[in-house]
Amino acid sequence: MWEYTDKVREHFLNPKNSGTIENADAVGEVGSLSCGDALRLFLKIDDEGRIEDAKFQTFGCASAIASSSVLTEMVKGMTIEEAEKVTNKDIADALGGLPKEKMHCSVMGQEALDDAIRCYRGLDVAPAPEGEIVCKCFGVTDLQIKKAVLENKLTTLEEVTNFTKAGGGCEDCHGRIKEIIDEVRFGAPDVKPLEVKPVKLTNIKRFQLVSQTIEEEIRPALHKDGGDIELVDIEGTVVIVSLRGSCVGCPSSNLTLKDFVERRLKETVEEAITVREA
Amino acid sequence: MRSVYLDNNATTMVAPEVREAILPLLESEYGNPSSMHGLGGSSGKLLSEARERVAAGLGCSPSEIIFTSCGTESDNTAIHSATESQPEKKHIITTRVEHPAVLNVAKHFERKGYDITLLSVDSEGRMDLDQLRKAIRPDTALVSVMYANNESGVISPIEEMVQITKERGVLFHTDAVQAIGKIPIDLKTLPVDYLALSGHKIHAPKGVGVLFLRRNTPFRPFMLGGHQELGRRGGTENIPGIVGLGMAMDLAGKHIGEENTRVRAMRDRLEKGLMATIPDAMVNGVGAERLPNTLSIAFKYIEGEAMLLLLDQFGICASSGSACTSGSLEPSHVLRAMGVPFTYAHGSLRFSLSVYNTDEDIDLVLKELPPIISRLREFSPFRRGDEGLDWVEDH
Ligand code: FES
Repeated sequence: MWEYTDKVREHFLNPKNSGTIENADAVGEVGSLSCGDALRLFLKIDDEGRIEDAKFQTFGCASAIASSSVLTEMVKGMTIEEAEKVTNKDIADALGGLPKEKMHCSVMGQEALDDAIRCYRGLDVAPAPEGEIVCKCFGVTDLQIKKAVLENKLTTLEEVTNFTKAGGGCEDCHGRIKEIIDEVRFGAPDVKPLEVKPVKLTNIKRFQLVSQTIEEEIRPALHKDGGDIELVDIEGTVVIVSLRGSCVGCPSSNLTLKDFVERRLKETVEEAITVREA
Repeated sequence: MRSVYLDNNATTMVAPEVREAILPLLESEYGNPSSMHGLGGSSGKLLSEARERVAAGLGCSPSEIIFTSCGTESDNTAIHSATESQPEKKHIITTRVEHPAVLNVAKHFERKGYDITLLSVDSEGRMDLDQLRKAIRPDTALVSVMYANNESGVISPIEEMVQITKERGVLFHTDAVQAIGKIPIDLKTLPVDYLALSGHKIHAPKGVGVLFLRRNTPFRPFMLGGHQELGRRGGTENIPGIVGLGMAMDLAGKHIGEENTRVRAMRDRLEKGLMATIPDAMVNGVGAERLPNTLSIAFKYIEGEAMLLLLDQFGICASSGSACTSGSLEPSHVLRAMGVPFTYAHGSLRFSLSVYNTDEDIDLVLKELPPIISRLREFSPFRRGDEGLDWVEDH
């Protein structure tokens, strides 16, 4: 049984504002049948753009119902501009917290609110989520995962699943989700625009680029986690490095080498690069 | 508030007779059966008595009984035995509706390079014998099929499946955790090689299970250690659990008639009553042969956990076929395998009864559940006629 706060229980057992609003000024709808939750949010908005009334219909678990109920309470009296700033964290906080596995219920509340605001502004068709679909089971894109990781400071796959549902099905996408977490944490792809790679590198140029990338990007990123790396040698396109600090003996050091160091060097220096530990 | 416990496929209360039998073992008779003194000796005697009781309940010889810690350990041991003893055979057949204690072991072997065939079930949860016939190959190490399903209660055609498997000289394992005590099982006439059962599903305490290992069946210990259980499972025996399980096996044998008369009648009354008062409901596996104690019923337009929490307000304990947790946002793999539509599957409830339930328990559910369903449906965005599903993604 989940550990629910009294607030969650109260909102679940006695939900506020359940039902519909006739002639609502905005209706927000989100949901996915396979996940088993769906929320329809109705807003009545006055001439000044203030939310006069809010009601909901929810198909889902106790957290989904409680999140919907507390959301309607929160937004009543807000202007649309204020409502726009409501985050999933605000919803969860208003409930005194949700079990971590249920955080996606608060995300659903925020998405329904976003959808309602779009509807109010006449942008009634929700734009398809941008980016590449990472989790096919739940239709979650890389950009959505990045956003969740950044905003909620997520560090593990499990947390990403709790917040976005991505990875909660067949598990095929787990590898890619971990990569995205690393990308955000290590800042790899967004650190600076990719340099235009020369068509064919001389050994000297390759050496320069490799050591520059390691010094300017890779080492600082590893330093953040107490680790370090040293460039030992370069044989053709094989870069030989040695891990130091907390990277030594770290169970995921192989991942660090392949998924972070090698990938980044491939991007900044040359596609043919492979990384090996000394 | 009186608790109305209708979740007996999850676990059961310890029977009063079992509790009585165990208490002295926790107080003064705490010997280790391997010890060479009187206290150890009396534990050893209790251990062999319990083994005899379990063997009698299953119709096998006491030496074919290995006590384990749970059904999961028994399942794991059986599968490891079959694979490790025939390293050249790299194919395992099991079903889509197995318990994770089998399904996840199969997945583990798949990662190690084994081929896994998962037999499917039809919309009523029934298995197809032809599918099994076609699946068996010269390199099949094991066929593992559960005796009865924990969620739907659907009983597998084990006798026919064992026969087909044996004709091809392949080992057969059955996870009989849910079947024991609910349907008669006689291993004299049912030639399975391995069978797993668990104490806490038959009113013994948690932490004890049994692996039946037919004489001359290949075996490799899973727990290496001392010489306990004839060297087939190391570790000091859980004497209170084992004695409790022995007693529980006796009781299960005695109660089987009642399971199939009084318990079945209560289950049927619950099923009919709910179907008559709640629209848009369906019974999962209704067309199949089912355990007498299990009712898996699905209500359209609402979600299981919300129903469970509201039932809990009245002290009614049941479980849901839809686990809304991060790891499994989907409805149970069993309902998915049966092709139960999402709109129903999420609203599935499982009631599993035992001989300790009474007619009043059923009356209470029949009284409290229909208003809970209408209340939840009132604020569901989906409803009759206007299913309103067009805006919902159906991945
Ligand atoms: S693709 Fe992400 S869980 Fe299946």
